[in-house]
Amino acid sequence: MIQARNLTKVFHDKKRGEIRAVDDISFTCSPGQIYGLLGANGAGKTTTLRLLATLLRPTGGTAVVAGFDTVADAERVRASVGFLATSTALYGRLTARETIAYFARLNGMSDAAIGERTARLADELQMHEFLDRRVEKFSTGMKQKTSIARTLVHDPAVLIFDEPTVGLDVMTARNILRFVRDCRERGKTVIYSTHVMSEVEKICDKIGVIHQGRMVAEGSLAALRETYHEQDLEEIFIRAVGADKEDAA
Amino acid sequence: MNLHNIFTVYGKELRDSLRDRRTLMSMFVIPIIMIPGIMIAVAGISMKALNKAREEVPSVMLMGGENSPLIREALAKDSKLRLVPFAADWKQQISDKQLRAAVEIPAGFEAALDRGDSALINIYNYEGELRSDLAAGELRDFLNGYREKTVAARLAGRGLPATLVKPFETRTQNVAPPEKVAGNRFGGMVPYLFILLCFTGAMYPAMDLTAGEKERGTMETILCSPVARTDLVLGKFLTVLTASLTSAVVSVITTAVTLVIIGLMAGTPAAARPGAMPTLDPAGLLLVLAMVFPVAVLFCAVLLAVSLFAKSIKEASSYASPMIILIIIPAMMGILPGVELNARLALVPILNVALASKELVSGVFHWQYLGLIFGSTCLYAAAALTICVRMFNREEVLFRT
Repeated sequence: MIQARNLTKVFHDKKRGEIRAVDDISFTCSPGQIYGLLGANGAGKTTTLRLLATLLRPTGGTAVVAGFDTVADAERVRASVGFLATSTALYGRLTARETIAYFARLNGMSDAAIGERTARLADELQMHEFLDRRVEKFSTGMKQKTSIARTLVHDPAVLIFDEPTVGLDVMTARNILRFVRDCRERGKTVIYSTHVMSEVEKICDKIGVIHQGRMVAEGSLAALRETYHEQDLEEIFIRAVGADKEDAA
Repeated sequence: MNLHNIFTVYGKELRDSLRDRRTLMSMFVIPIIMIPGIMIAVAGISMKALNKAREEVPSVMLMGGENSPLIREALAKDSKLRLVPFAADWKQQISDKQLRAAVEIPAGFEAALDRGDSALINIYNYEGELRSDLAAGELRDFLNGYREKTVAARLAGRGLPATLVKPFETRTQNVAPPEKVAGNRFGGMVPYLFILLCFTGAMYPAMDLTAGEKERGTMETILCSPVARTDLVLGKFLTVLTASLTSAVVSVITTAVTLVIIGLMAGTPAAARPGAMPTLDPAGLLLVLAMVFPVAVLFCAVLLAVSLFAKSIKEASSYASPMIILIIIPAMMGILPGVELNARLALVPILNVALASKELVSGVFHWQYLGLIFGSTCLYAAAALTICVRMFNREEVLFRT
């Protein structure tokens, strides 16, 4: 479960002054649900997810992830979360097996448990062929599979994905989406940030539209269609962020 | 603090670093192959050039002295010099290195000697040019010998003993133990090498494990794992410290071995030449290592903190490289003669260790200063490490854009 209440993050920039990257955002994501965070580049999606993953501390508001407060219990939050983003790269000089084992050890797993878990993940993700090769020699698809294994190694209750398909080919992106759906089937709490409308339509149970750090619309796809009297998610998004009025003006 | 996590990070970083060609270069290839290779090559070339220059009988032009046949004859007979006929362009020939030196005998030189008057003989050479300097030296040796013979002849002519102008001889004898002599000569060099190599050995790993991780995008990956920031920074710090000390120890050992090899190349066993190879106090050397250790900790923590602030290795390098000057100046001051350890200097980082080490390898132990130096350096190192840990907890540093 993820519960964000009035979450706010303010950055101070010498040139631009105060920047409210996340401004009073509240939402809830339950187990067995995929919550889609939809927004343009710079809308505040990554900052929101970094707040949930405890990489950043909120300026205001609170977030409870898997029952732990992100400020008071940051390490336990991180132990309950699997975070996958385009910015979370892999160590090129380690093999896939060493990468998985490293993160498993940091999560307090025993050697026996690590061996068992690595074998299972390698089966599920079809990684056996390249498990003992160095990551620096991998194709994009192999890297993504290793990243997924790294994210799942400690079997986290909450999974956070920040634009995981950016720059990937169609087949690799499809595999990622299938994997995200699998997480939902296993009862995980999943939050998925993207600016690709078709991905949201395919996999998200609930959608939150972020614009300039604020949550401007929220609900299931059906509810949003009803609210905005539109079938096309792109049109709904445009109207939710007020871009249609800006265009008209 | 979780020791399991610290050593998990340490183990991973060490494995990662040992697979990095650039780290291997700075830790092993440069100290084991390049430094000795360059030293041996330079020593070999210089020795060859010196031997060749010494073997050469220098060409010397004799000017004047037409009415002084005795000295002309003696010069011509000297097998260490080759007289060449006078030429008007002698200066140009010396500048062009065709002629090594020239000697000018004044007119009426021997007549002046017979009268008991004084005379001036000029030697001309190309100062700083090895062969020309050697030729001028040979000329000086010849003329000194000729002068002594003249003095002896004058004294004998007057029925006076040779001791009249040389009433006594002087001889200097060293009574200090060899390690103290060597300590004074080389004592400053050992810690200087150690200090410099500790810093350069830590530079690349520190940048790679911080700014390099940011650049490659792995910093965010590790930050979203449950490892505490303090454990993460300590794991990384231990890796940098290992690289720093390994590089320094390997470099010092290979430098010592290289010096022995160069001594053997020179043809005389190193131990047979007093002062040529430092005989240092072993207990002092161990204490030097103990004193350098907190300095290495200080360097590693400062380099980690500075590199963490940078967004890329290139930026980190632009911060870290000028720091070498800050290290070299106090370390070099320790080598300067006349700069002695006192209570105030014992608090100046780097310089204090350089000065104390000079005394330690000579077998001199000022325990009160040593305690002050070790204590203050440990404090500086702890402060630097604390700053480093704090930096790892600052999101504006970790996510600086």
